[in-house]
Amino acid sequence: MTAKKFWSWLAVAVAAVYFIVPLAATMEFSMRMRRGTYSFDAYRSVFSDQRFAETFSYSVVMALITIVVGALLIVPTAYWVRLRMPYLRPVVEFVTLLPLVVPAIVIVFGYLRLYNSSSVLPLTNSDTGTNILLVFGFMTMSLPYMYRAVDTAMRTIDVAVLTEAAESLGASWTTILFRCIFPNVLTGVLSGAFITFAIAVGEFTMPSLLNRPAFGPYLALIGANKAYEPPALAMIAFAMTWVSIILINITTRLQKGAAGAR
Amino acid sequence: MAATQPLLNRRMITDWLGIAPFAIFSVMFLIAPTVYLISGAFVDPNGNLTLKNLVDLFQPSILAAYIISIKVSAASAIGGAIIGFALAAAISLGGLPSWLRSAVLTFCGVASNFAGVPLAFAFLATLGRLGLVTILLRDVFGFNLYGAGFNLLSFLGLTLTYMYFQIPLMVLIITPALDGLKREWSEAASVLGATPWQYWRMVVIPILWPSVFGTLLLLFANAFGAVATAVALTGSSLNIVPIVLFAQIRGDVLHNPNLGYAVAFGMVVITGISNFIYIWLRMRAERWQK
Amino acid sequence: MSYLELSHVQKSFGPVKVVHDFNMSIEEGEFVSFLGPSGCGKTTVLRMIAGFETPTGGTITIGGVNQNGLKPNKRNIGMVFQAYALFPNMTVAQNVAFGLKVAGASKAEIDARVKEMLDLIHLGHLEDRYPYQMSGGQQQRVALARALANKPKVLLLDEPLSALDAKIRVSLREEIRAIQRKLGITTIFVTHDQEEALSISDRIVVMNAGIADQIGTPSDIYNRPATRFVAGFVGTLNILEAKVENRDAGTVRLGSRSVSIPPSQLNGSGDGAAITVALRPEALSLSKSPSSDVTLDGRVTSVNFLGSVIRTRMDVDGQQVSFDMFNNPGLQPPQIGEMATAHFKASDVLVIPN
Repeated sequence: MTAKKFWSWLAVAVAAVYFIVPLAATMEFSMRMRRGTYSFDAYRSVFSDQRFAETFSYSVVMALITIVVGALLIVPTAYWVRLRMPYLRPVVEFVTLLPLVVPAIVIVFGYLRLYNSSSVLPLTNSDTGTNILLVFGFMTMSLPYMYRAVDTAMRTIDVAVLTEAAESLGASWTTILFRCIFPNVLTGVLSGAFITFAIAVGEFTMPSLLNRPAFGPYLALIGANKAYEPPALAMIAFAMTWVSIILINITTRLQKGAAGAR
Repeated sequence: MAATQPLLNRRMITDWLGIAPFAIFSVMFLIAPTVYLISGAFVDPNGNLTLKNLVDLFQPSILAAYIISIKVSAASAIGGAIIGFALAAAISLGGLPSWLRSAVLTFCGVASNFAGVPLAFAFLATLGRLGLVTILLRDVFGFNLYGAGFNLLSFLGLTLTYMYFQIPLMVLIITPALDGLKREWSEAASVLGATPWQYWRMVVIPILWPSVFGTLLLLFANAFGAVATAVALTGSSLNIVPIVLFAQIRGDVLHNPNLGYAVAFGMVVITGISNFIYIWLRMRAERWQK
Repeated sequence: MSYLELSHVQKSFGPVKVVHDFNMSIEEGEFVSFLGPSGCGKTTVLRMIAGFETPTGGTITIGGVNQNGLKPNKRNIGMVFQAYALFPNMTVAQNVAFGLKVAGASKAEIDARVKEMLDLIHLGHLEDRYPYQMSGGQQQRVALARALANKPKVLLLDEPLSALDAKIRVSLREEIRAIQRKLGITTIFVTHDQEEALSISDRIVVMNAGIADQIGTPSDIYNRPATRFVAGFVGTLNILEAKVENRDAGTVRLGSRSVSIPPSQLNGSGDGAAITVALRPEALSLSKSPSSDVTLDGRVTSVNFLGSVIRTRMDVDGQQVSFDMFNNPGLQPPQIGEMATAHFKASDVLVIPN
């Protein structure tokens, strides 16, 4: 018993060292900007850089658009497949898992070849077109997580029964979808949304290759040119990830609470 | 019959209309781009069918990139799997307080998502030439890390960095499998006379290996496709597949677009194989969860 | 010295005492049930015998050998769990062979013993199935075969039937008892189901809050409950408040009438003392028989058809009394709201010690 506990504590302790040391080192490094003393100058420099605000808000806006468009696409699809075409589920699930198989860099490579200026649908010709392409790219990347979160939420509510109940009360299709189904899978949509947000805001490969002024490429640019700002940015990114994960935990707990109360 | 036939058709049409948006989206932005690249890997610049691009993958510089990529991915996956398993076993079976368990799981959720450019910054600040650990080793212990041959922009450095998201991912995926081991199994084994080691060898390992091996493959694919960390960490100084592909997309450094497609195709093949085996093993593992 | 001895066994989890002072001697080949509500400590006692829990005090000996400090894998005990606990990665045959294999038996020996065990539980044809391909009842029989394969000194059954359907529960408990008789193995059976315990045990231990309230044969336990808890937990009992009228004559006031019972049952209670008496539903009858000498009048409040019996409940001066009648097609059950008279023998009245 005690031997087992000893090894368990040891494993946790070793892991804690490996995980905490880089964070401590990053924090320490980010405060070295002023010679001979620790200061938050690097953070001040980061926040005063106009490109930080610009690229960050650009990425946040893109992430939010991705979440809204993604939810509008995926919730009705998951609902429809569960209700009307259950025989298509294996196919749809396979497609939603594909982005785990095809790396983002390969997908964006395909976009650049299919939608370049000399193609039938030259999306990369305009900023708007490229932004649209980026949103769809983010949607593709978050597809496995978003679909799974929504589908799991739909499994806990019996969509067929809910639909029949709503139909018997005379509800129209749009009412059923937006007044009955959406609110009930909201926690699933939310947890999928936070993952999408975390992916989209920090993503480097896609916006970089699509030449978009996003946060990821900005980070890489700073990393190549500055000394103390990168670790400060890393700490900020780490804090943002914490917030996303805590929000996911809260929504899944709410989901469990709702399921338990039922 | 004649009356029901059109009705059936109409229902089928609405059925298909319902998933049309998803079908169009996935064809346009997922399937078509992938198929375009894959088919591009099999033609020459003039559009003739050829296997030359695939053969050209075996030229020394590209082959070396694949080898170092596979090495880094495999090493970080194996290291991540071993350490992650030990950590998961500690929090799941080790009788540790429950606050520690939830703390570890929450932290793993954060760390597994803490990849990309910021992760590279964190390791540069830790083990880079001016990183805290490098300086502490030099000033306090008189040990020159870089003098001893270490380089963050190398196989070892990259592996160490990747493990920062590999270990937590392993913990997150394997902890439910470990929690699925029923206490009664170990008790049944022990009243039947088995030692703890016999119980692990005859029951635990056979039950867990599909999950563990499957997750190992997932970690491998995960590291193989990681671009941002590698680019931010090494710039273009380390010759690994994602960086080669990144450079190729940026400026056709291979001077042959179709060879670029072949490089992408190779990536999809490697991540695809590992993912498919992962999914297959996962289904096998779930068979026993019923 | 009995085969399995538990003397002054105690167990505390932190400040919570779950087993107070447990004493019992079990003979070789005996089938003993531990009966009690959940949380009464019966499973804890069983787990101490198996070696999963260490007693805080007292000793457990099997065949004269003190088991304290012995690890579970050194005790040679067979155990069947509520949730079957079959190894999911092994076939039926491999599960049954597990104990023999870790003991280092030869392949021929293992094969012969596995075949013998599977024939015993009539599942020889399923030897290559995996647990997830079998029903709960089948899995539990395999678990029983696995537990018996090593010829254990004691067989422990921890609520083995709780997870099964009612029908299978009855047939499997009879099968367990038949196998136990055939092998003559000392067996402890933990259950919270009184019918189960009464039907298959040589002796029953009724446990309540960490204490063995009564140890006795099924008929002892049912007919002569030692405490109010035992009386209430085993069977459906009418509990009535009464007053001693005359201690020496053995007369007791029950509602509006005076009842004579054997004076010996009233030990300790003086005249005028409030006592609790109990009457089994089957001791009461609507028709007068030659031996019944007491009656209770009341208004019928409910009539429940239970198949072989009909249970009627009536209100006697504010106290609820139920009684059973055997069902037969010509029977005219009383109607709700009617007045009825129940007859019983004064000697069937049990005085429950407080």
